[in-house]
Amino acid sequence: MSRPAFLCRALAVLALIGAAVPARLRGEASPAGGAHEAGLDPAQAQALLGSVPPDREAGRRAFQANCSGCHGPNGEGGRGPTLALPHLPRATSERAIALIIAQGIRGTDMPPFILQAADVRNVAAWVWHLGQLPPEIVPGDPRHGEKLYRDRGNCAACHSLAGYGGAIGPDLTDIGSRRGAAYLRRALVDPGAEVPQNFSVFRPEANITANFLLVSLVTRDGTAWTGVRINEDTFSIQIRDFANGFHSFLKSELAELHKQWGQSPMPSYAATFTPAELADLVAFLAAHKGQP
Amino acid sequence: MRLHALALLLSVAACARADVSYQRILQASAEPANWLTYSGTYAGHRYSPLSQINRANVAQLKPAWIYQMPVEGRVETSPLVVDGVIYLTEKPYIVTALDGRTGRPLWSYRRPEVREVPSCCGQVNRGLAILGDTLFFGTLDAHLVALDARTGNVRWDIVVADWHTGHSITAAPLIVKDKVIVGISGGDYGIRGFLDAYDPKTGRRVWRLWTVPEPGQPGSETWGAGAGEGPQSGGAPTWVTGSYDPDLNLLYWGTGNPGGDYGGDERPGDNLYSDSLLAIDPDTGTLRWHFQFTPHDLHDWDSNQVPVLIDAEIAGRPRKLVVQANRNAFYYVLDRVTGEFITGQAFTKQTWARGLDAHGRPVLLGNPDPTPEGKLIYPGLFGGTSWYSPSYSPKARLFYVMASGDYGQVFYKLPQELKPGVKFERGGARDVVGAEPFGAVRALDPTSGAQRWEYRLNAVSVCGLVSTGGDLVFGGTREGAVFALDADTGRLLWHFQAGGQVSCNPISFAIDGKQYVSVAAGNSILVFGL
Repeated sequence: MSRPAFLCRALAVLALIGAAVPARLRGEASPAGGAHEAGLDPAQAQALLGSVPPDREAGRRAFQANCSGCHGPNGEGGRGPTLALPHLPRATSERAIALIIAQGIRGTDMPPFILQAADVRNVAAWVWHLGQLPPEIVPGDPRHGEKLYRDRGNCAACHSLAGYGGAIGPDLTDIGSRRGAAYLRRALVDPGAEVPQNFSVFRPEANITANFLLVSLVTRDGTAWTGVRINEDTFSIQIRDFANGFHSFLKSELAELHKQWGQSPMPSYAATFTPAELADLVAFLAAHKGQP
Repeated sequence: MRLHALALLLSVAACARADVSYQRILQASAEPANWLTYSGTYAGHRYSPLSQINRANVAQLKPAWIYQMPVEGRVETSPLVVDGVIYLTEKPYIVTALDGRTGRPLWSYRRPEVREVPSCCGQVNRGLAILGDTLFFGTLDAHLVALDARTGNVRWDIVVADWHTGHSITAAPLIVKDKVIVGISGGDYGIRGFLDAYDPKTGRRVWRLWTVPEPGQPGSETWGAGAGEGPQSGGAPTWVTGSYDPDLNLLYWGTGNPGGDYGGDERPGDNLYSDSLLAIDPDTGTLRWHFQFTPHDLHDWDSNQVPVLIDAEIAGRPRKLVVQANRNAFYYVLDRVTGEFITGQAFTKQTWARGLDAHGRPVLLGNPDPTPEGKLIYPGLFGGTSWYSPSYSPKARLFYVMASGDYGQVFYKLPQELKPGVKFERGGARDVVGAEPFGAVRALDPTSGAQRWEYRLNAVSVCGLVSTGGDLVFGGTREGAVFALDADTGRLLWHFQAGGQVSCNPISFAIDGKQYVSVAAGNSILVFGL
């Protein structure tokens, strides 16, 4: 399968943060929550959500000046989560994004931004745009692709769909809304072309994010293990082996620890499938767009 | 109702002695059971002479109690301890007094929250000052508030600056004689920095030292002829608490980055007094000398790190020194009488300077300036270290710093106009794809900056350090561990997973003859004892 870990990781962070925030607060950022509930007076809310069409290009400039330090120049993420997602966990509309910009998110490092109302709308329009992948006609037979996924591909050994499958690689439940067909095809043929990377120098949480780093280690009693890193700190590392078994090691118990940066645990499927079969598998994956 | 009455009773019982004279703060090292000022003493050592917890027994250290704050988020507070009572700031606008034996609250002062306040780096506050029975703390909306230490009742509440223009207060104030000294934050919003002194009785301002000179004043020539937005948005904020030498009667305070952090075309010149150490007469606010670490800074390398005052022999001569491990990755040794540069060297990886010249001025390595496309420079914007305190142990004669390692970022610049209250950085810095920088506690020879040992951490930590008479150094990690190292060797002796990022300055104190170490992790304060 593809390895959209960059997005995956950011999604995981968003999910993590989202989970820690009370529902009422999350609701504030949703259209149902409404501006009034969010603590703005009606005039402020009207100014913020005004009817003048936003200027997306001005939004891009304002985004780069105000937001890119944390979210990356193109919303790809950094200290803060990626925003180049079609489904932002905290905001299901441009309006909701505008409210978050104006009010910040309590309990996180996202501060309220004091911008002109027009700038807020413009930035919101830009951020909303970041998540819009152009609709794509994907050739291939998704039904046949599903069969390949389950049988010869044995993809579920490492990947999950809708809560079932392995966790050696990213969950694919909504992969079709996060990655295009060309990316998916390349990931099947050349999985190492774009391996997951960890941006988080200053991790906002006490956990590291899911970047599926391949590690191999040897304990002091001579046992060797290989798997993907689940978490790590100064004193310990947690890995998942290729049978999806969880292992915890104190670093003081290890004789060797190797992090295989740049390598993917996933084999290439170039020799396994014909070009037509690859197209079918891509069509199957592209159809998985997650919950609307 | 009953709880309230009980709290009142406890508060009266435990706080009756809260009377911290200036003499007591001057001689704070004589009463190590207490922690009377931000860095423990005026010298900025963050060192506790207490030795009950030591190398031999620290492995048995256990949590005595945990106090969980009601509001989530990063806590950077450094508590005060006065005769059994712990005073701390919570986020965003709460001050709480705790019974130090049990962790039970005595009172909480809750100020109405102003949520729209622009603040570059989270709703944080680093602590309080106390004089007599009055507590002083600055607020994110740039007020200075005086509270009755026995009750939390407000004695006065004054406006230091307008928060709408990007001003805020995050630093703990410092008491010097009969004045409350308080610094300002907002260097990323194009403010003009200053340091203020207030009358502790009334809240009346006694002096203000602008950290960016007026046109025509000495130093204004370092902002270019046209000046563009010039000094009025010159930055140089004073957002970490300084140190004080009572014999020289000099107050030492660091300043932050020049305004328009990453784009300097509009401010050609050294941009005084940004990224500098200022030596100030605390009676009048007069600048006695300055030393600029990073002239014409384009990487947001604030020089607000706590100045550490050390007396030591250099080349056979006893010297009064002020030393600083700077965010720009260099360690500096200065004469604290004159500001003369003595020596300095890098304490972590940096790629922007060949070294320091005879006057301590950096000799640039190529052109490290940010570009529109971005340029990789070490250290990244959070620096070799930052606001979290270093520690100096007079016993081990070592300077300890929480350093970043192998940490670079891609710095880029963008055109931007100044708008009051809007982040004014003219660029930014992004992380390097695939890099996993590490953190390290590094012990340096205080007179040279030469590294004596290091203890590596998995990730860059934003936790300060406290060293103790028990030959220990305490710190914490980004992943939530609190740890103790051997002060002489850096060997790990104890650690505890606290379950939330440790981003505070630890302290040590004693109650009823029992030593404790306190650290904030996540939104909790943890107190450890044997």
